[in-house]
Amino acid sequence: MFKKLAISAVAALTLSTGAAMAAGGAGQVEDVDFSFEGPFGAFDQNQLQRGLQVYTEVCAACHGLKYVPLRTLGDEGGPHLPEDQVRAYAAGYDVYDAELDEFRTAKPTDHFPGSNLEAAPDLSMMAKARAGFSGPYGTGLNQLFKGMGGPEYIVSLLVGYTGETKTQAGVTLYENTAFPGGWISMAPPLYGEDVDYADGHSNSMQSEAEDVAAFLMWTAEPKMMARKQAGLTGVIFLTVLTVLLYLTNKRIWAPVKGKKTS
Amino acid sequence: MSGIPHDHYEPKTGGEKWLHSRLPIVGLLYDTIMIPTPKNLNWMWIWGIVLTFCLALQIVTGIILVMHYTPHVDLAFASIEHIMRNVNGGHMIRYLHMNGASLFFLAVYLHIFRGLYYGSYKAPREVTWIIGMLIYLMMMGTAFMGYVLPWGQMSFWGATVITGLFGAIPFIGESIQTWLLGGPAVDNATLNRFFSLHYLLPFVIAALVAVHIWAFHTTGNNNPTGVEVRRGSKAEAEKDTVPFWPYFVIKDLFALALIMVIFFAIVGFMPNYLGHPDNYIEANPLVTPAFIVPEWYFLPFYAILRAFTSDVWVVMFASWITGGIIDAKFFGVLAMFGAIIVMALAPWLDTSSVRSGRYRPMFKWWFALLCIDFVVLMWAGAMPAEPPYSTISLIGSAYWFAYFLVILPLLGVIEKPQPQPATIEEDFAVNHAKKSDGGAGAPSATPAE
Repeated sequence: MFKKLAISAVAALTLSTGAAMAAGGAGQVEDVDFSFEGPFGAFDQNQLQRGLQVYTEVCAACHGLKYVPLRTLGDEGGPHLPEDQVRAYAAGYDVYDAELDEFRTAKPTDHFPGSNLEAAPDLSMMAKARAGFSGPYGTGLNQLFKGMGGPEYIVSLLVGYTGETKTQAGVTLYENTAFPGGWISMAPPLYGEDVDYADGHSNSMQSEAEDVAAFLMWTAEPKMMARKQAGLTGVIFLTVLTVLLYLTNKRIWAPVKGKKTS
Repeated sequence: MSGIPHDHYEPKTGGEKWLHSRLPIVGLLYDTIMIPTPKNLNWMWIWGIVLTFCLALQIVTGIILVMHYTPHVDLAFASIEHIMRNVNGGHMIRYLHMNGASLFFLAVYLHIFRGLYYGSYKAPREVTWIIGMLIYLMMMGTAFMGYVLPWGQMSFWGATVITGLFGAIPFIGESIQTWLLGGPAVDNATLNRFFSLHYLLPFVIAALVAVHIWAFHTTGNNNPTGVEVRRGSKAEAEKDTVPFWPYFVIKDLFALALIMVIFFAIVGFMPNYLGHPDNYIEANPLVTPAFIVPEWYFLPFYAILRAFTSDVWVVMFASWITGGIIDAKFFGVLAMFGAIIVMALAPWLDTSSVRSGRYRPMFKWWFALLCIDFVVLMWAGAMPAEPPYSTISLIGSAYWFAYFLVILPLLGVIEKPQPQPATIEEDFAVNHAKKSDGGAGAPSATPAE
């Protein structure tokens, strides 16, 4: 009986923690089948590069990525830009240098600049900071089985504008079906065909939103591929160890258990 | 060390004798590792090893994290991101530490409920139980302070809410709160002292674990029957026991390895599943999160804390009789700590002469209800404090107290226990006769021996 209780307790416990995270209270979020979901999912390098382009040409006008070092754009398991492109990209930014006490051209060792607007949140960890809506009924099962999380929220938010606006205390608010509360102060950033992709990929609003969401997942979790690799290696080796210990345990106990029956 | 007769360490060579007469440390280790252990222990007896492993894992990963962490309100959050992005393997170390805390609490809850079901807390093991409860309290303090260190939104507001509980103590509460925080609000002084204590307490826990092990090595392990090992002679004791090494060491390591497979899958594939997304936003004293929820392992007691609102009659009565000194907030704090105190008092509240729940027909059902109650409270703790969740929390809290204060004392009087086996040997023989007779696997294992 205790075993059954223990199992059901653990199961219920998993459910209730999902509920804990679901207590964010949010609007409508649609599932997107991202390439990086699941234990074997990997970032799509081309998608990350497209997402970087959307970020640079659209989001960066107001938002920042202050925790992300520019050099990591060249990292494997990320956008993986060649070194000269990373340098050229970095040179497009001016950063404040505390030692010189003035702004200078950014180097790959610098971080992305922070947000330009006070009200625009930093996007470095946004894909992880907005993962707490997963249903159904606050169980967190969508997050577990469909991989629904922050990136889905970002996509849903970017395409979720209804076109309605209202003015409240002198601030224009835009109706958005994904945003908690339904009204967001960010103007619709994407309309479709905002950027031109070099690889000829569709630049509809939905694909731009997915690309930038994937890119922001990478900025939030740059070591995801290395982590999954480490997890898989760990699981494989520990499974072998478990089998060996199971057999050892069986052998050791055999005489103790057999003695009583023969 | 144990009261069960067994072979002790005999130094043989000159060197061994030389050391043994000066420091009998080899003998101590030998007696600890070779302790006679009831041979009928089931799989619920593996959590002790899992917990020991968790403590070691947390200390090792924690010490590495400290090498790269900066305990300052302006730098702490960024230093965590530095660990996640720039430190070699830093993301794995941090995710192991984060999820290690969850495994630690999962194991401790299963360990505690094992003890509650099989009556491990009963005489002569009360001291083991009390020390265990102290370890559990220390774990809660350590986990709470550790959660503050990343200085995310939930860190900051969790710390604000929990330290606010001390402010609910009448007359001296606010002074205590200021003293704990090192100022009027959660700030740099708070972060620094929490960091210091988060580093200190695990070593206090390690010392208490040693005492915990010492205590149950003195009384001997409990076992699923609750029947004591026979201690008349060494030969008699050997019928009921096997040495800890290699029998239980290998069994426990097998269980630990299996748990590690699942643990590594979680760390590798979904390390943030048990965490709160708000903690990836830097702490901001000006923005309160919509819902402040503690980590999952605190939820049952968080539900008890919030259950006693001012419209509950016991709260109204307490308020009336103390002339308003005990208000709803202070009552909630008393209830939360009381919930753990009544559990710690279980050895003296349980009046049954039978130790193991296996032979207590009525107890079984009340215990099952307690397990369900714990899970329901955990779920209710995650929900907003409004109907119907507040009512569910209140019923759940009431049952928690009723179980320890009413049901446990009464059951011992009214319940008619079932017959227990005379010896552990008998129980073991009954359990393994069935399997080996019909099992095709058993003969294949014996020829090699």
